[in-house]
Amino acid sequence: MALLSSITALANPARFSAFATRVLPWLAAATAAMLALGLYLGLVVAPADYQQGETVRIMFLHVPSAWLGMMGYTIMAVASLGVLIWRHPLADVAAKAAAPLGAAFTFLALATGSLWGKPMWGTYWVWDARLTSFLILFLMYLGLMALRSAIEEPSRAAKACAVLTLVGSVNIPIIKFSVDWWNTLHQPASVTRMGKPAMDPTILWPLLANALAFTLLFVVLHLAAMRTELIRRRLRTLRITAAASAAFAPEPAE
Amino acid sequence: MRTPLGAVLSRDLALARGGGAGLGVMFFLLVVTLTPFAIGPDLALLARIGPAILWLGALLASLLGLDRLLQADHEDGSLDLMHLAPAPLELQVAAKILAHWLATGLPLVLAAPLFGVMLDVGPEVSVRVALALLVGTPALACLGAVGAALTVGLRRGGLLVPVLILPLAVPVLIFGVAACDAARGGWAPLSVLAGLALGYAVLGPVAAAGALRLLRD
Repeated sequence: MALLSSITALANPARFSAFATRVLPWLAAATAAMLALGLYLGLVVAPADYQQGETVRIMFLHVPSAWLGMMGYTIMAVASLGVLIWRHPLADVAAKAAAPLGAAFTFLALATGSLWGKPMWGTYWVWDARLTSFLILFLMYLGLMALRSAIEEPSRAAKACAVLTLVGSVNIPIIKFSVDWWNTLHQPASVTRMGKPAMDPTILWPLLANALAFTLLFVVLHLAAMRTELIRRRLRTLRITAAASAAFAPEPAE
Repeated sequence: MRTPLGAVLSRDLALARGGGAGLGVMFFLLVVTLTPFAIGPDLALLARIGPAILWLGALLASLLGLDRLLQADHEDGSLDLMHLAPAPLELQVAAKILAHWLATGLPLVLAAPLFGVMLDVGPEVSVRVALALLVGTPALACLGAVGAALTVGLRRGGLLVPVLILPLAVPVLIFGVAACDAARGGWAPLSVLAGLALGYAVLGPVAAAGALRLLRD
């Protein structure tokens, strides 16, 4: 109960800002340590694959990025529910801050995937089902960011982006299903896929360490972006008040 | 006495008759005409990718009128009247989508077999393309209405709608083109396309009306 009330207390933007300021240095330090450990395990300790050689190490960046690219959209979908149903003051801040982060990690997954594809498949890009779905996810992030930047008033932008995010989240399973169907139809097992072999612990532990490190990185960046966004909104309100009081000085306030 | 939904439908159809309805078909024809210039006049190749060209042309042409679908009503104030009308906004938006599809989507369906002849796709495939477009273009119109509702009142809305809508239209395109392929076994893709169209017929009006309500100032 005490935990729940301490979490709901953070709904207040000012209290959240103070909390973020207090927590961020510690989280950032933990992220740096975890990232160093994860990269050390992945790039030095983990053995090279007998078939793929050293390129298998790309996986330690690629897989966590892909997870976070999907997690970013999940956060946005939940935050959009918060915007539309509970009109939560922080929900839109969370959704707005998650969009560029999710887009960046999705791009990272696509870029590392295509770099990995060159030695494995012989080409930077194949119209593989997973790659294609991720490309569409990336395009949806870009569309959301374009809609956000086209609407000047923050409260209208919040609602429009929330509706689009939810329409998108209804569509994502449909897109995933149809792209899979399309791919199996056009591309009969020509791509050597990494099936699902029982992963060796020497690979699994570095991967999990990296996943944890990347998730921490996402949380740190998300918290920092949310705090920045809160400051930006406060600044906007102050500017508008200042401009209004300068322009209509003789008139009484509404 | 006329119902509000009938009034919306007949008004939009009357406005569409005023002009601009043939523009979509002309754009469709231009896409079909330009493709051979890009690919080359090889009829065998064009026949093979003909259904894909027709679908892409129809998809792009169906985007054309979307920026005016709700924007015009926003500008002349009839959107406010729709908010006040004694009928659910969802159904009024559905009536608008139906009128929009009758004015812009149906001509594309009718023109597709004609343009199919130019690409030498053969009579059977032509009929399949028309059938798939008949099922698929309403789904595109419903998705487009969501984009139109989200960009009501924006100055740059015209370019934004395709950017928002096209990623969501991927399933319709995949199953639409698959339904044109006679060799691909039966009517399964067409059934999936019909299922998608029914789903979007619910999602589109509800999401568009929700966006209109939330963004009303």
